[in-house]
Amino acid sequence: MEKKNKTLSLNFGPQHPAAHGVLRLILQLDGEVVEKADPHIGLLHRGTEKLIEHKTYTQALPYFDRLDYVAPMNQEHAFALATEKLLNIEIPIRAKYIRVIFCEIGRILSHILNITTQALDVGALTPSLWGFEERETLMTFYERASGSRLHANYFRTGGVHQDIPTKLIEDISKFCDNFPKIIDDLEDLLTDNRIFKQRNVQIGIVSKQDALDYSFSGVMLRGSGVEWDLRKSQPYECYKDLDFNIPVGKNGDCYDRYLCRVEEMRESVKIIKQCIKKLPKGPVKSVDNKISPPKRDDLKQSMEALIHHFKLFTEGFRVTEGNVYTSVEAPKGEFGVYLISDGSNKPYRCKIRAPGFSHLQAMDYLIKGHMLADVPAVLGSLDIVFGEVDR
Amino acid sequence: MTDKAINKLEQIVNSELTSKVVDSSISFNELLITTNSEELLNVLKFLKFNENCKFRQLIDIAGVDYPGNKERFNLVYLLLSHNYNLRIKVLIKFDINKQIPSITKLFPSANWMEREVFDMYGIKFKNHPDLRRILTDYGFKGHPLRKDFPLTGFNEVRYSEKEKKVVYEPVNLEQKYRDFDFKSPWEGTKYMNEIKKKDLDGEKK
Repeated sequence: MEKKNKTLSLNFGPQHPAAHGVLRLILQLDGEVVEKADPHIGLLHRGTEKLIEHKTYTQALPYFDRLDYVAPMNQEHAFALATEKLLNIEIPIRAKYIRVIFCEIGRILSHILNITTQALDVGALTPSLWGFEERETLMTFYERASGSRLHANYFRTGGVHQDIPTKLIEDISKFCDNFPKIIDDLEDLLTDNRIFKQRNVQIGIVSKQDALDYSFSGVMLRGSGVEWDLRKSQPYECYKDLDFNIPVGKNGDCYDRYLCRVEEMRESVKIIKQCIKKLPKGPVKSVDNKISPPKRDDLKQSMEALIHHFKLFTEGFRVTEGNVYTSVEAPKGEFGVYLISDGSNKPYRCKIRAPGFSHLQAMDYLIKGHMLADVPAVLGSLDIVFGEVDR
Repeated sequence: MTDKAINKLEQIVNSELTSKVVDSSISFNELLITTNSEELLNVLKFLKFNENCKFRQLIDIAGVDYPGNKERFNLVYLLLSHNYNLRIKVLIKFDINKQIPSITKLFPSANWMEREVFDMYGIKFKNHPDLRRILTDYGFKGHPLRKDFPLTGFNEVRYSEKEKKVVYEPVNLEQKYRDFDFKSPWEGTKYMNEIKKKDLDGEKK
């Protein structure tokens, strides 16, 4: 009898627990080996860029929370930096430190989610239960600073919305003392775990050259041995005054990327500790009344403050004509905003550069020749969040 | 990225690419060079492989729409050089009928970026391996990021209990979308300006 050699197409998603959101993957399978993967994205497309063109700069900012909703403030940061660059303003030092503290909290939030759900995808349930408890603590910090656990809208042009209470700083500090122990616990569960290693070592290998060609950034790039971190190479805010290391991988496989993320969490804790130690006193937003709104108390007393408040929340501020690209090292990689201003109170064009978009694009290259069961492992290690991929 | 390095890069680009570069400018400490669609591939090839540039990573491709201009669309290629820690923006301007050469051979990651530009602006790329829509719905019509595309769109979807499936219908808003004119009243709103202009014209007559 003649052997039939026919490939099978499999529709993975759009609703699949291991797809980390709404991804539809069309897989061509030869037996259990994947021959081709065609990701269909856009199922969570909300037209963020179009909406931003119709909003003032203050109103546009909350849309960034809704991109990578796992680490909201890191996204806000890129937009705030872009507007500040166009306006040519320097923000107060205290605001810089507060921003860095919350960006690093965001990084830990994102990495916990990624590590534990990746473990979940390959069969380990416990890490996610332990990790999510810590995420909840961190999100309370978000809530105590901004008023909401996820969609913070905390970083504003010219600084941050409001100062953080001393008790919160103490609690963050306490968290930093305890958290390394939790990382150790997670590592006990995973790092030397035989099953976890079997599922991740030598899976989804990315060479240095390919990492560059496919526009990888963040852990995807560092996992392949390229020492590149925007916090070090193009430092923004106060990162150049802080002491931290950049973990770099060797083999560029899923396991190395996992190790990088674990080390990055430790470094983030280090950064937060330093920031708390150095945190200076002073204002937390620009003193320019034409950019940052007045205090609530002043509103009741001063006519001028009332006028400023009214003007800022109806018309907003105007931004100098020009175009800038600013980027931050978000937990998932280089998150950038290319902002074009025509001198009015709304952005003319705001292109959002999401790291996940390029990472997911390489799915076909990463998964070719692997088994079907490796798809969730590779997808997990890409650290995909559909809020930012689909925008 | 220091000012010096940026200035030096501008010099290199201008002296090596000469007539291929139409214009170059530095603002906000960022270098923007303008070229045309015919020379785009050569310019990017030079930037990627030249020893003094080594822009080996394509960060993003951004489309921009200026409906008032004769050359309606702009494309901005954002590049990053890890070796020299530099960034550069390459701009091309062209009109609606032009086909732009695809750079997927040079930068594999341009594949989806060009698909996104095609989806959002309807710009066609020559020699692109797989130019399909990427972010919008299956069977979507129109190019949403063009300035003449309304924010509310044309179609909405809902689950119809009667037909037991998701149905597409023309957008029906309870309240019309309100796009406020935020121009400072002290400088005159659009409507005030029109009245003023009418008065002025009336006086002249």
